[in-house]
This record gives sequence, structure tokens and C-alpha cells, in this order.
Amino acid sequence: MSRSFTPKVVTANRLREGDVVYLTTDDHWSLTHHEAELIDDEAHAQIRLLHAAAQKLHVVGAYLADAKSGPNGPEPVHFREEFRTRGPSNYAHGKQADLSNV
Amino acid sequence: MYDYTAFDDAFVRTRVAQFTQQVERRLDGSLTEDEFRPLRLMNGLYLQLHAYMLRVAIPYGTLNPNQMRQLAHIADTWDKGYGHFTTRQNIQFNWPKLPDVPAILGALADVGMHAIQTSGNCVRNVTADHFAGAAADEIEDPRPYAELLRQWSTDHPEFQFLPRKFKIAITGSPHDRAVTAAHDIGLRMTTQDGAPGFEVFVGGGLGRTPMIGHLVRPYLPIPDLLPYVEAVLSVYNTLGRRDNKYKARIKITLFETGQAELTRMIEERFTELKPLFHGADQTLLANIRAAFATPTLRLAPTGAFDIAKADPAFRRWADTNLSTHRDPDHAIVTISLKAHGETPGDATSAQMRLMADLAETCGYGELRISHEQNVILPHVHKSDLPVVHAALSKAGLATANVGLLSDIIACPGMDYCSLATARAIPVAQELALHFRSLKLEDDIGPLKIKISGCINACGHHHVGHIGILGLDRAGVENYQITLGGDGTEDAAIGDKTGPGFAYDEIVPAIERILRAYLTGRTSADETFLQAYRRLGMAPFKAALYGAEGEQDAA
Repeated sequence: MSRSFTPKVVTANRLREGDVVYLTTDDHWSLTHHEAELIDDEAHAQIRLLHAAAQKLHVVGAYLADAKSGPNGPEPVHFREEFRTRGPSNYAHGKQADLSNV
Repeated sequence: MYDYTAFDDAFVRTRVAQFTQQVERRLDGSLTEDEFRPLRLMNGLYLQLHAYMLRVAIPYGTLNPNQMRQLAHIADTWDKGYGHFTTRQNIQFNWPKLPDVPAILGALADVGMHAIQTSGNCVRNVTADHFAGAAADEIEDPRPYAELLRQWSTDHPEFQFLPRKFKIAITGSPHDRAVTAAHDIGLRMTTQDGAPGFEVFVGGGLGRTPMIGHLVRPYLPIPDLLPYVEAVLSVYNTLGRRDNKYKARIKITLFETGQAELTRMIEERFTELKPLFHGADQTLLANIRAAFATPTLRLAPTGAFDIAKADPAFRRWADTNLSTHRDPDHAIVTISLKAHGETPGDATSAQMRLMADLAETCGYGELRISHEQNVILPHVHKSDLPVVHAALSKAGLATANVGLLSDIIACPGMDYCSLATARAIPVAQELALHFRSLKLEDDIGPLKIKISGCINACGHHHVGHIGILGLDRAGVENYQITLGGDGTEDAAIGDKTGPGFAYDEIVPAIERILRAYLTGRTSADETFLQAYRRLGMAPFKAALYGAEGEQDAA
């Protein structure tokens, strides 16, 4: 069934801060793409997206983004999603700065 | 400058109070995102790629020093210590957090500013010539009319749900610095029998379907301004397409209806509306006009300016960043926010405070933001220029490049914007650094490069002498080039060169174009735009693609 299905992660922005987040297998929202749940089944992806969209007090604009498996966990496929994992290229702002301080 | 009346102040504060409660209701779950989204957009709050973004209106690009300091305060308190000035004469804060936005709007209200109608399908911030009130070639200061339009359009009940957004630009000078031809309504001041009025252009716009505005009224008397603009909006509100957002702007309405028929409908509606204006607007205009009186320009010797010209750095800056003021002892100073390698249009809070201080001490308390993403001190006595230059130099604000290659317009692109299809800022940064290292910028001379990160064309690429449009081609950033665009009174949409270039190919491609220009120009006096108009596309296409590529591209 999912032979032609490109694996996905569920991503959104945090309601209060606007940060980009990813849904993990244990239903948390992580700032790190590598910690996302990599979904390779289309029906399961829809269920996870519905679950995400219901969390109205936590996230905004949940959607499914293409991803692939990597040595440290899921990696983005498209350059837009790659930019979302770190922040803008003109300043060290956003996650590329915030996560390095953790 | 126009100061808020008690009415303005109460209106803005009421809106802040409403939005404060709306944010509270969103945060406690009483409002869903679908319910909240239109409310936040009405107050200029977007959700972008990495964070929220608050777009604050700077009406007709005019700021006083206290307002500029308050923007610095907002940047320090609730953002990351900087702001981004846009091609719409707005400022955008890229990192506000939702719970803080009501406090930011309150801080704006404290200095007579707001974010109302900076988004949504309504009449947006009215933009104007950034040299208004100072330019030597000006018929009249256009800002009183811009302010009248701002007051008329703010919360106008008929025009809150237009088919699409609506942008008005106005210039008081025959030399159009406000890109009026690329606006839904462009107003250019003119005279008839010595009486000032407006040429009215309708249906200009960039974006997916770029069009130059059509002249619908060669002369509109000043008292007819509001009824006529209202007639245009009224006809558009009725005819404009709501079935397809890509065909909803008035440029498409004009294209589909025909210029003659649309003009007839506007005139017909105008005759209905005109009698309903009983002169209150003209009384209001008279009051507004008083607020824009030119400051009393001081009389003093200008010798310090001539002496300072012995300093090559000062002279170079004076050559590029000063414009002719209507008073021969004063100059218009353009402060470049385009230092090589920096983000076009960004200013740190410290830079904002310095510019506010200079406006206060040497600039009669006036600042302007240009659609070219620079800051203007419109009135500076020539004897103060050395002091101004020295202060700007210390703050990294004395880049002498206004009107040159590195004075690039760039939209935020995919570094911030959720609509973008490619990055724009790093392309601008690399172009500026590359040509500085080649030491070719002075030789190339006047050149406007404009970069957009998607077809919505916030970076005005269609009217750049060289326009660059960033696209997503099969999951890779790809940059399409246009040549020969022009945003002035001779407005023209640039011509596509052919296939686009990858991210790491775009800077070398621009170099090939400019080397072809240097080879092909008649003399150093022939600008790039003049050379392109004379030579046409062929030599530039050959430089870009080679003989073989030219055939492929054809």
C-alpha cells in the first residue's frame, strides 16, 4: 500500500513562541527534526496529523512534510524543510542558536 | 509631521484592547486558530517559517525620532535587537512571541503607530516619495494627501473585505521615486493652468501577472481626490473577482473589463459620490496640511561642507548618498542600510537610536523610510553634513553606495517568509561582496538590482534594471533573471533572459551580464539601463548562455 508513499514527519509551529516543532513517537513536540516520528504509512500519517491538529493549545498549522531516514534519525528532503530545522541564513538566530545553547 | 488627534489615539488604543483580549482568548483555547487567524492578520501579525512576524505601518514612510526610538525599544525588549525595513515602507519584527504582541502594539500606540491594515484584503499602508517635502523637483508635498487617504481608508466599512489587497502610492514630483505605476492606484501630482492636481493611474501591480498602471484620469482636481479614489474602490469592490485569488487584483479587473469601460464606470460612480462629500474632507485636509509645513530651514554658512570634501571618504559618500534639496543650503541624506554583506533593510536598535539622534540634532526631527529599504534624513543643513557623516561612519551606516550595484532591494525570502520559494537575502549579500572584491561597483555606476524570493514580487524584481526571481525548480533553488525593468515615471517590466540559474551560479551569471555591459556601452556615461535599451537582449543573452545556450533558450 505504501510502496509509493514518501515517508513523512508531522511538523507545526508552537502557538506561543512560533518555533518549528516535530511530533515524536511518544506524542511530544520536539525542536529537533531527528527526534521526529518517521511515518512510512499513509493511513498512519493521516491519523498522526489529526492527532497533531487537535492540539490547538500547543501548535499551529500542523502538516505532513516529506522526510527520509538518516544516521541520527529522520532528515528533511526539501530545502524549505531543511531551513526550518535551523533558522535563517543571514543571522545565527532561531534554532541554530537556541539549540546549540542547550 | 502629523500628530495623532485624541480620536486617532482612542481608535488605536481601542484596537489594542480588542486584540489583547483576542490573544487571551486564543491562548486559553476559546478561539480556534481558524477564528483567530483573520483577527491577527488584521493587526499585522503573521506566522512565518521560524516564528511570528509583526508588520508595523510607517505611513508614507515618515517617522519622528521618538517613533524610531520606540521601534528600537521594541526590537530590544520583545525581539532580537533589530528590525527589517520593507519595500512597502513598513518595518517588520521577525521574532515576536504571541503573548507579547499586545504589549508591542501598546508601545506602538504610545508613539502614534500601529499595525492595522498591514495585512488582509483592505487598503494597505499608503506609500509616498521618500523625498517628499524636500525634493527640488516637487510640485507639492504629497504627504497631506497620503494622510487624508490613510484616515479615510482606516477601518472604512465598505472596504474591509475587498476581493484582494489594495495599494496606493503617491508622488508630488514628476520624477517618480514611489513606483506609482506598480500600484493599484498611482497618484502623480501635476498641474493644470497652474492648479495642482493628480494624474491617476489604475491597475498597476507586480506579482504573478506584472502590469504597469493605466492612466484613467489625466487631471484630477485636489478636492475630488477622496470621491474619485472611493469611486475606483467601489467599482473594484463590485467587479473584482472573488472566485480566484490570482485574478482578484484590480489589474486583472482592468484587463478583463477593458480600460475604457472601467474608466467609464469609475467616472459614473464618481458623479454619484461627489455630491455626498460636503467639504468636511477639505476642512480635514487643511488641518492636515498645516501639520506638514516645511520646518523653518536655518540660514548659515555652508563652508564646512566644502572643506570636508577634501576628505575622499566624505566626498565619495556625498557624491552617492546626497540628493538635491529644494533649498540650496540643505541636502537630502540617504542613509544606506546596504552595507556590503549585511541584510538589505535591516537596522539594529543602536543604529535606529543613532539615526533618531541625528534627525533630532541635524535633521529638524524628520526621518523617512524608502521603498528601497534605506533611511532618509530629508532636511540637513550642508554645514552639518560632516558631523552626520562622522556619526554614521562610527555606526556602520556610512556606506557610500546609494543607487549603485550593492544598493539592492531584497525581500526576506525563504530565510523568513512562509510564501517564499527560494532565498533572496544571501544572494544580495553575495552580490554586494563579490562586486566589491572585483572593485567594479563604481565603474558599473547607477544600477538597480532587485531580488524577490517568490512570484509575489515583494522585492520588485520586475522593475529592477536587473531583476532576480528565486523559484523552486524540482526541489532546488533556481533564479530567473529579467533585464530592463524600470520603476520610475518611465516604468517598464523587465524581460526574461531565459532559463534560470542555480543558487551557486547566480552571482557569476550577473557578473557575465555586467561584463557584457562594460564591453558594450558607448562610454562610462551610458548607464546599464540605457545600454540595455539601445542594445536589446542579444549581447546579454549571449554572455549568459553562450551561442549554443542562446539557441536552447529561444
